[in-house]
Amino acid sequence: MSAYRTPSGGRIARSRPLKFTFDGVAYTGCEGDTLASALIANGVHLVGRSYKYHRPRGILSAGPEEPNALVEIDRGYGRVTPNLRATQVVLFDGLVARSQNNWPSLKFDVGAVNSLFAPLFSAGFYYKTFIGPRLLGPNWAWAKVYEPIIRQAAGLGRPPKDPDPDFYAQTFAHCDVLVAGAGPAGLAAALAAGEAGARVILADEQGEMGGSLLSAAPGATIDGKPASAWRDEAMARLVALPNVRLLPRTQVFGYFAQNFLGLVEQCADHLAHPDAGRPRERLWQVRAKRVVIATGAIERPLVFPGNDRPGVMLADAARIYATRYGALAGRRAVVLTATDTAYDAALVLKEAGARVAVIADVRATPGEAALAAAKAAGIDVRTSTTIFETKGRLRVSGVTLASVRDGRLNKGDTIACDLVLMSGGWTPSVHLFSQSRGKVAWSAEANAFLPGASAQAERSAGACRGTFVLADVLDEGWRAGAEAASIACGTPASARAFAVEAPARSATGILGACPMTGATQPAFVDLQHDVTTKDLKLAAQEGFRSIEHVKRYTTTGMATDQGKTSNLNAMAITAENTGKTIPQVGLTTFRQPYTPVTFGSLAGHNRGDLFDPVRRTPIHAWAEAQGAAFEDVGLWKRAHYFPKAGEDAHQAVARECATVRTTAGVFDASTLGKIEVVGPDAAEFLERMYVNPWKKLEVGRCRYGVLLNEAGFIIDDGVVGRIATDVFHVTTTTGGAQRVLTMMEDYLQTEFPDLKVWLTSTTEQWAVIAVQGPKAREIIAPLVAGIDLSPAAFPHMALREGKICGVDTRLFRVSFTGELGFEINVPANAARGVWDRVWAEATKHNACAYGTESMHVLRAEKGFIIVGQETDGTVTPDDVGLTWAIGKAKRDFVGKRSLTRPDIVAAGRRQLVGLKTQNPKRLLEEGAQITAQPSPKSGTPALGHVTSSYWSPALGSSIALALVADGRKRMGETLHVPMPDGAIAVEVVSPVFVDPKGEKLNG
Amino acid sequence: MLLIKCPYCEMERPEIEFRYAGEAHVARPLDPAAQSDADWAGYLYLRSNPKGLHFERWHHVHGCARFFNVARDTVSDRILATYKAGEPKPDPAALAAPEAAP
Repeated sequence: MSAYRTPSGGRIARSRPLKFTFDGVAYTGCEGDTLASALIANGVHLVGRSYKYHRPRGILSAGPEEPNALVEIDRGYGRVTPNLRATQVVLFDGLVARSQNNWPSLKFDVGAVNSLFAPLFSAGFYYKTFIGPRLLGPNWAWAKVYEPIIRQAAGLGRPPKDPDPDFYAQTFAHCDVLVAGAGPAGLAAALAAGEAGARVILADEQGEMGGSLLSAAPGATIDGKPASAWRDEAMARLVALPNVRLLPRTQVFGYFAQNFLGLVEQCADHLAHPDAGRPRERLWQVRAKRVVIATGAIERPLVFPGNDRPGVMLADAARIYATRYGALAGRRAVVLTATDTAYDAALVLKEAGARVAVIADVRATPGEAALAAAKAAGIDVRTSTTIFETKGRLRVSGVTLASVRDGRLNKGDTIACDLVLMSGGWTPSVHLFSQSRGKVAWSAEANAFLPGASAQAERSAGACRGTFVLADVLDEGWRAGAEAASIACGTPASARAFAVEAPARSATGILGACPMTGATQPAFVDLQHDVTTKDLKLAAQEGFRSIEHVKRYTTTGMATDQGKTSNLNAMAITAENTGKTIPQVGLTTFRQPYTPVTFGSLAGHNRGDLFDPVRRTPIHAWAEAQGAAFEDVGLWKRAHYFPKAGEDAHQAVARECATVRTTAGVFDASTLGKIEVVGPDAAEFLERMYVNPWKKLEVGRCRYGVLLNEAGFIIDDGVVGRIATDVFHVTTTTGGAQRVLTMMEDYLQTEFPDLKVWLTSTTEQWAVIAVQGPKAREIIAPLVAGIDLSPAAFPHMALREGKICGVDTRLFRVSFTGELGFEINVPANAARGVWDRVWAEATKHNACAYGTESMHVLRAEKGFIIVGQETDGTVTPDDVGLTWAIGKAKRDFVGKRSLTRPDIVAAGRRQLVGLKTQNPKRLLEEGAQITAQPSPKSGTPALGHVTSSYWSPALGSSIALALVADGRKRMGETLHVPMPDGAIAVEVVSPVFVDPKGEKLNG
Repeated sequence: MLLIKCPYCEMERPEIEFRYAGEAHVARPLDPAAQSDADWAGYLYLRSNPKGLHFERWHHVHGCARFFNVARDTVSDRILATYKAGEPKPDPAALAAPEAAP
């Protein structure tokens, strides 16, 4: 048996030993242990190094509030979790734990020299370190000196390197009553609500429910039974109730609007060999009609010099380790307290075999019962006494006491010890209440902030609302549960009284620091972030008054523990420093989550292949078989180019472009957005939405449509064809499909409800096969039936309905390449068959398949814009030379009014132009800035920027499109594109590089 | 996550089915051409952004696809009423009346 394990007692199974390692050293614990209790049973207190100063730190607490004992748990590949609180890590056989933030070892940590440089790390250090010699440039000191040092030195655990191999479940749940916390108040509430027939969820962070009843005083009885026996019966009753769901190992971490709560359940980490089908964690998203908050209270540390040494521990934590885990935190204890409950801890430790050298009480008059009990046990009690300093390096070895008289300290004797228990009183855990946006209220009587006015359907019960006497706690819990069930289910509330015998101790204590005049050792307020009383004093001296500012300047309460043990003391010290009362200073806001939550549980299954849906066209498999390279366009996978053997991307695109211009190419345009606009007012609707006129568009003709927002800027474009008087086939950009439909729906529903129009997305119903190039007609002619393809019968910008390969088609004669072109719309389920036949014909003419890259080059050679590339939400039709598309006679359309706004008609707007580099081999960078001078002075505004840039196989040179101030007046001018290796001279030219008269279109 | 009652579906659905769509009761002028530059700029860009009661549009994008109006308190996040597009703004005094104590 481990050296510090008591021979009997507690809730651990001494007959079931568990092996584990900490920093490579093998230890043995018992089933029922936490990592912290097992370490304590082995006499290990030194478990970590502090955040800034690398000071040795031990285990402070026995619960989720732990600021010091943060460890890394290694369960093998990808299962390394940093920053876990050893007080919450359930021990299992083979557990591997490591300490953090030390090098080369926990016992000898080089980083501890930081303590010598404590001034460097004082309050606000990271603001001050920005200031350095200006001559060396802004931020020189930060970038070259401080940041590297601080990054190296400060910190917590290391993030895991490997992908997380586990999976995480998520579930939604509804209930009448959610009870957060399964201590005495929570158990009573769940019993009351459960027996009333309400659907209850009872969640507790620990594997074993019962809270403080699991470590109750031996003599405590409820309804005549020992407290632990009463707990066992209550649990049996709850298990038997089918309407009660028990969620052990489940932290209620967040309370959101409308009684929506986030819970995270640990499903696997407590097991030595979890089976593969088990999620690691499960996120519960619970909508509760009523919530009972029974989250208990957290013991406050005392702030005294040298209060951070390993072996300095919260008094009740030591009591819990002794009673619940049979682990003795030390052999010779000194108790420093400001509350009566610590006397019980001293008595328990004495009973368990430790010596209690002295109880030093900073108060002048302890509670009589507590004092009498200590004296009866023969413990030396000294009132008005504090600790002046502590001794020991890796473990406390002694304390020097000082008596306090009228605020002055008289140094007393030094007492050897290996354990210092401290208690400043109890802080009700109002976190969830505060998260629910309830207002906390200061209670002078309780010396604490307690739940005040509720904002949501909840009630607090027990220690979290300042009730500490067990009888009252049970009573309050029952009433909260009964009332919640009554409101949620409309049944009368039942009453129940509990007969309790237990020592009643006052839990009020002091807030703030102990007297420490003349002391030299640092007194820590926030142990996790290494914030001392000096830091808080400095913040006050430097003018920080608001607790919100003090918090951010000193970082007190901003560590991963969110100041669970430190906030009240920091607030009280700030009150004293600034001459305010505690309620005047007030609390900072409590934020979700209560304890850290893994990204895994929040992400659930939405990762890897399931992170985003993938959209594939009906031609996708064909392109894949051809060896196409794909690119992501929104959620779509689009064929980027089709390299032949030995070709690189550049060569493939050059070949594809040349083939389209000389013979023909086939292109999968299925991703185009499509909206069927139908109804007697369809033309009028489009008239109001698009800049173009539509009413006179003949059936069987199409038009290039431009869509603006009300601010007058281009947001989408696409060809619109008139299928019938009351049917339009609208196409949108691939990325804009949903956005355009939403915008159309918005106007139709809210601005133009007078119009009889129906909108249907047909993006995935129609596949589109574009055949472009001089041979396009010859390729499709053998396959088309019922449509006269001759140029006279079927001119450019016309559409016909008929058959292709026996399949219904809407055949558009349109071109995004400048060549003779057709876009074959066929039902998606028939598309692959049609594609194969088109491809067979295409190969007879030595035509190629081309991808999106060639599509981009071909359209850029023609000066056709891409919305989102040439436009960025600040570009008008006139800016890109599309004024011709606007229906001049139209009274109104979306965005029309804005086209006469002063800024839109002002001179100097950036206009679409072409650019040719003086060196035709030189390619510009998209996004590069354009200037009048090759090396303009710093601060000179750019004239514009490059929007598209390609190698043009047709011209045998580079080409670019650009937006340039007054660009159309600059034709022939030489401008410059400054780059890191020198400016590139460019000539401003027309954006239409190929076939400026558009003769090829009409072939 | 908020529960929002879609006035068309007539049921409460979780927030993830909806998308926010800006302030409500900002009607497009019937004759934009008659608007002064300043008035038109106001229609385009000026919104009330109140602390407290806010009338706003929501789009039941993963449901019935309808746009509707919501009266929401921007401080408490409490939804006080939902109603169909085109229906008049509810009386703020009636909405501001405190709900039954939680």
